Amino acid sequence: MALRLVWIVMVFLLGLGALAQGSRLDVVKERGRLICGVNAKLPGFGFLDEKTGKYAGFDIDFCKAVAAALFNDPNKVEYVPLDARVRFQAVQNGEVDVAFRNTTVTSSRDGAAGVDFLPVTFYDGQGVMVKKGRAKTLRELEGATFCTTQGTTNEKNISDYIRARRWANTRVLTFEDGQKVMNAFLEGRCDAFTADKSQLIGYKGTTPNPEALEVLRETISKEPLAGMVRENDSRWRDALAWIIYATIQAEEYGITSKNLSQFLKSDSPEIRRFLGLEGTLGKDLGLPQDFAQRILGAVGNYGEIYDRYFGPKSSFAIPRFGTLNALQRQGGLMYSPPFR
Amino acid sequence: MRFAPRPAEILLQALVLGAVVGVLLFFLHTARERMAAQGIPFSFAFLAQEAGFSLSEGLTYAPGEGLRPYTPSDTYWQAFLAGFLNTLRVAVAGLVLATLLGFAIGAARLSRNPLARGLGFLYVELVRNTPLLLQLFVWYFAVLLKLPPVEGALRFLGIWLSQRGLFLPWIEATPKAYGFLLLLLGTALAVWGLRRYLWAKVLLPLVLLAGLLFLWPPFNFLLPERTAFGVRGGLEVSPEFTALLFGLTVYTAAFIAEVVRGALLSIPRGQWEAARALGLDERTVLRVVILPQAVRIALPPLINQYLNLTKNSSLAVAVAYPDLFSVYNTVANQSGRALEGVLIVMAVYLSISLGISALVNAYNRRVILRWGV
Repeated sequence: MALRLVWIVMVFLLGLGALAQGSRLDVVKERGRLICGVNAKLPGFGFLDEKTGKYAGFDIDFCKAVAAALFNDPNKVEYVPLDARVRFQAVQNGEVDVAFRNTTVTSSRDGAAGVDFLPVTFYDGQGVMVKKGRAKTLRELEGATFCTTQGTTNEKNISDYIRARRWANTRVLTFEDGQKVMNAFLEGRCDAFTADKSQLIGYKGTTPNPEALEVLRETISKEPLAGMVRENDSRWRDALAWIIYATIQAEEYGITSKNLSQFLKSDSPEIRRFLGLEGTLGKDLGLPQDFAQRILGAVGNYGEIYDRYFGPKSSFAIPRFGTLNALQRQGGLMYSPPFR
Repeated sequence: MRFAPRPAEILLQALVLGAVVGVLLFFLHTARERMAAQGIPFSFAFLAQEAGFSLSEGLTYAPGEGLRPYTPSDTYWQAFLAGFLNTLRVAVAGLVLATLLGFAIGAARLSRNPLARGLGFLYVELVRNTPLLLQLFVWYFAVLLKLPPVEGALRFLGIWLSQRGLFLPWIEATPKAYGFLLLLLGTALAVWGLRRYLWAKVLLPLVLLAGLLFLWPPFNFLLPERTAFGVRGGLEVSPEFTALLFGLTVYTAAFIAEVVRGALLSIPRGQWEAARALGLDERTVLRVVILPQAVRIALPPLINQYLNLTKNSSLAVAVAYPDLFSVYNTVANQSGRALEGVLIVMAVYLSISLGISALVNAYNRRVILRWGV
């Protein structure tokens, strides 16, 4: 463990010292491969697919989108699994080019953690899961023991919640990762598991008997999840931001991976610009001219990515219509600035 | 006899030392510079800010309040202190228990009884050859969390044992406790000082009785009670603490047993035989002849094991025990001060380790002086 501490410091010092001043965009292009920090253990967002043995998930698809945009090959990604506690260091010292790892945007992280956030890809909120019958609402949980994951916003939110209500005898127990929280929760060490609701649904889906568990209706916090890059690298951040916007813009236009070929014949100047058939939008961002086409071909638009992991046919169905994750015109917050 | 080093040697050593210091300074300087360029100043000022997160257990110091349980409205340094005290608590308990268990197993391995010898051998080989992290998981998830749930807790004499932990009846000093202790002490002194006077034998019990009535109750009894969720009150021993303590104790005891066995075996047979020839019984031979020599041999490797136990306690986060390293993880994430935090943690572990070394070395010097080398 002491060795690990020394290691962390050395990586920190070397990483900070040795990196050149140029934009990460050029470094990645030069390398020909994207190094993407991800979660390896979160059903739905980032996990190892049991059948293929490869990384899969909502966040993973955004790594693939970036690789497709830059190299026209969604597989030119090297995944680095990060646990919640080391993710900011890994981005800060350049160990990963970008991290798509279900991370909540907060002012203190933006300000003090040395990272810049990309556009939000998933609007989540913190919830509480209990064994069915234990409680119907959050208010009944005064005096309970809550389990959560270390190094998350959840850890602080639940403390704030308990403090605001001056609950006595209420405990918070923090574990290294969500899977351990889930084990301790199922064993009965804690009365409640608190995390982002999408995670709770994911973990619930992995138990043999999901019916015995219940995610309470209340949401105690805002958890907008976004990718992040090292601070002060506008060119790299801009390129990534517009790659994400491209997936949303494509859904607004109704372009999917399946009907892309039809849209390539479109006369609409707007769509021709977006797909790189006209103008210099891609080049100006330091990206290939046809980056939007490449993304759509590899992972599809935002709606397709969402449905792949959280759609009605997936094992962790999270309804999208009418939630914050719906397109703006359907009452949600997903909205792309114009490609112009 | 010592040789004076030649000037060339001094110069070479100075150069090497200078280079090492230079490289370290260069690293620190670049780190600070690069962090400043990214808008992250290097500063310990954050320690005075409010921490805002909870710890499942732990005491901390607050000016004016003394030692009291940590709460989320405390500052980062108070959170670090709580983590440090948690580390100290498990390390000290672990050192004592591991030493006792280690000596017992070490002795068993040298026993004439084949069963004791076999069991000792099995224990050492099984425990020593599996990773500690794995053992911690087993203690926590497969042993302690398999205890009955709160609803079916084992209860005897006001003690509650369940997967939520062990709850013991406990006493808590009231503000009157100091007065009460003074009264007892004063009465005892008076009884001794005035034992020759007859009137004292009448008066003193009356004074004592009046004082007791005035100062009652000096202690509150804290009885564990069932609440809607689990048990609260009394002295709580959490399963997280217990798992870590068991893990560290059992693991380190295996190594200590080997140290003890090695030390005992290293005493020449002649010492045993000579002592027996003097007509001493086995117990005295061990106490007067063998152990004084064996302890001297065992001490240096024993320090190693003590240091290992202390540093291994940083695996605590695996079983959700909020030790210093676990608190650091949370602080680094909530405050973004990873480098400052890690420097604090390293300094603290270094201090603990050097402290233990100093203590045992002092003892070592004493036994060497007493018995001569």
